[in-house]
Amino acid sequence: MYLGLVIGTVVAHQKVKGLERQRLLVVQPLDHHRQPSGPPEVAVDTVSASPNSLVYLVGSREAALACDPWFVPVDAAIVGLVDEVDV
Amino acid sequence: MNLCKVLGTVVASEKHPAFHARKMLVVQPLDEHQQPNGKSFLAVDHTSSAGKGAVVLVLREGTGIRQILGDKTLPIRSMIVGVVDQVTVAGSR
Repeated sequence: MYLGLVIGTVVAHQKVKGLERQRLLVVQPLDHHRQPSGPPEVAVDTVSASPNSLVYLVGSREAALACDPWFVPVDAAIVGLVDEVDV
Repeated sequence: MNLCKVLGTVVASEKHPAFHARKMLVVQPLDEHQQPNGKSFLAVDHTSSAGKGAVVLVLREGTGIRQILGDKTLPIRSMIVGVVDQVTVAGSR
């Protein structure tokens, strides 16, 4: 899992089956100092995040497990809305 | 599994149900000499005793985690499964 900052939204009028009702956001992955770490990516939102939200995400196969229905082609999912990072 | 150092905690109000009542920590992977090695990431604490600065054992494989927690649908990818007391490597002291 990793931290990220929501930097935008994605609207797609045509999506594969299972993804129709999923909300898509553009996320910049961050390190623990909240500095950008790698390129931005598109993630499914499961916690009602909005632009400028600090979030944590899960990647790979586990991202699909966070979705309902879960057998979907997804490789990043927002699973937490972060209040505080204490490092 | 990886040796990691606990850097701190992450507090989240709104979470996917799978993360409710689970403690999320920031961990830094270490090499065999306990020097930082690679990018930090987040891991769920399964030991309930891994504090800031502790060296821990981290499992980064979702299937193993689902097996430990007994739930085939958990979207958890990294979990602290041990608190390390000592690491001895040949050639080091």
